[in-house]
Amino acid sequence: MDVQPDAGGRLRITGACTVESVAAGSRRVRLLLRDSPHAELTADLSGITRLDTVGAVWLRRLPSLASEAGRGLHLAAAPAAVQALIDSVDRESPPGPGADPGRETGLLERLGERALGAFQGILDFLYLASDLTWAAAAALPRRRGVRRGDSVRQAAVVGADGLPIVAVILFLVGGVSTLQAAAQLRRFGANVLVADLLAIGITRELGPLMTAIVIAGRSGSAFAAEIASMKFNEEIDALRTMALDPLRLVAVPKMWAMLLTLPLLTIAADFVGLLGGTVTGVLSLDISPAAFAGRVQSALLLKDVLTGLVKSFSFAWIITVVSVYRGLQAGGGAAGVGAATTSSVVSSIFAIIVLDLTWGLVFYL
Amino acid sequence: MHGEPVVEVRGLSVSYGEQAPPVLDGVDLTVHRGDMTCIVGGSGCGKSTLLKAVIGLVSPRAGDLGLLGEPIHELTETERDALLKRVGVMFQYGAMLGSLTVAENVGLPLQMHTDLEPALIDDVVDTRLGLVGLAGSGGKLPSELSGGMRKRAALARAMALEPEILFCDEPGAGLDPVTAAGIDRLLLSLNRGQGTTVVVVTHELLSIGRLDGQLVMLDGGRVVFDGTVRAARQEDREDLRRFFNPSGA
Repeated sequence: MDVQPDAGGRLRITGACTVESVAAGSRRVRLLLRDSPHAELTADLSGITRLDTVGAVWLRRLPSLASEAGRGLHLAAAPAAVQALIDSVDRESPPGPGADPGRETGLLERLGERALGAFQGILDFLYLASDLTWAAAAALPRRRGVRRGDSVRQAAVVGADGLPIVAVILFLVGGVSTLQAAAQLRRFGANVLVADLLAIGITRELGPLMTAIVIAGRSGSAFAAEIASMKFNEEIDALRTMALDPLRLVAVPKMWAMLLTLPLLTIAADFVGLLGGTVTGVLSLDISPAAFAGRVQSALLLKDVLTGLVKSFSFAWIITVVSVYRGLQAGGGAAGVGAATTSSVVSSIFAIIVLDLTWGLVFYL
Repeated sequence: MHGEPVVEVRGLSVSYGEQAPPVLDGVDLTVHRGDMTCIVGGSGCGKSTLLKAVIGLVSPRAGDLGLLGEPIHELTETERDALLKRVGVMFQYGAMLGSLTVAENVGLPLQMHTDLEPALIDDVVDTRLGLVGLAGSGGKLPSELSGGMRKRAALARAMALEPEILFCDEPGAGLDPVTAAGIDRLLLSLNRGQGTTVVVVTHELLSIGRLDGQLVMLDGGRVVFDGTVRAARQEDREDLRRFFNPSGA
């Protein structure tokens, strides 16, 4: 495309006015408009040999481009085909059905909407939590609405498949705890108390907490992703139209499986964590295996193990409720499934830690 | 001769969000027992929203809505479940449960809503799958089926409880013409052979011609035509001409 001015205030635009040439042409026109001695100009379009949509939109915008430079400009002498394309892009598209009129909202209004949205989110979560808990309890005596064998399959996925990773992590956590405790207690000649610290730390805190965090990341996220993709594929709607309650059919088996397997995994985690700590203690401290294990055994209290199990039971509940909530809340598409998965893990871990602190206050304050 | 009304919609308005403009705006619709009804219109005109409102998945902002003589949006959960057992829905992409086999999907409504023996359910499922041309595919997962097979499996599941009325959302969308025609034949055989009321949401011209029933045309969230396909073709109206002859040839 070429743009040439003449002495009478005419800009002759010639050649192909297309997506490839518009940028350079626009720069040239801006310069010409800036340097032109005329207040009113005419864009002569008679020499345009090819025009595409980008070119037509640019031509349509030329008068406003000129007014930015303090000049007036009108289009003239466009061949019929060129004029037709300019006219077609000039027409304002009618809004489609359901189109948002796009009203501007103020800061206060946006803040208010966010606050209302957050409040509604909390209400929805509480409603789902009570609904799911009730459905899980009510389905126990009467299995109507729950498929036979679903809970066992889910329990195998959460428990048996999750056991290796939980065991490895707790073994390492036990070892690290022992090393850290030994580094501090050695200075006071209290090496022998490392075993006490290990027993209390693992059974009261690290066993239930780390197991719940691993399972929230492994199984809670899988629950959320499964439900989100079911929602995306209209499977949840399909269940509703078959008069089947998605909570009972999809979420209740997950709740049962989680409530059953997380405490069991926690018992296994406690054992492996103590084993890891004992191995590390024996290797790094000058204590015999029998003495260390004996000390661990004497420091172990049934109350600590039971409080750990109570915690893990509540963690199982919150992981399931949060993951089901995030799954059902998911937006459309693959991005929605990914976002549901991520938010399920983050929210679950946050909720687990809040619950852990609450139980700590209840049991040990 | 018309049977009694099984779907009655009066002044239905639906919008997604309180501030959002309506997707459906004052829609009136009546479907009689035994009818074959096609709800048609361009993309985004509100066809699928109308279907979802009728089956209770979307709540109306205003208007009255009756399904099989019951005000579906005013029912309790138990009453609505009882009503939905008399209805079958075939979703646009099948909506088969991905974790269950095809046979388990088709047998799910029977397993959950009846006390039939498992062996009898298996037999019914095999028969249903045979009727839709999927004999021998019951053990496959939905992900192992083609798009057309998935829709036929979805049709078999929708028909599991012998519904009085079958809703289909875009049954031929995304399918090759031969497979789409096969789905239409199945719908026609259900409608003419068993007297099932069928409501199809579609924008496929060939499908509309094959099904040849009542035509309800939506545009901009309103009903702009309600009559037979034949009458629609004979009407001297620009929008109908454009719909039946989009290329303008």
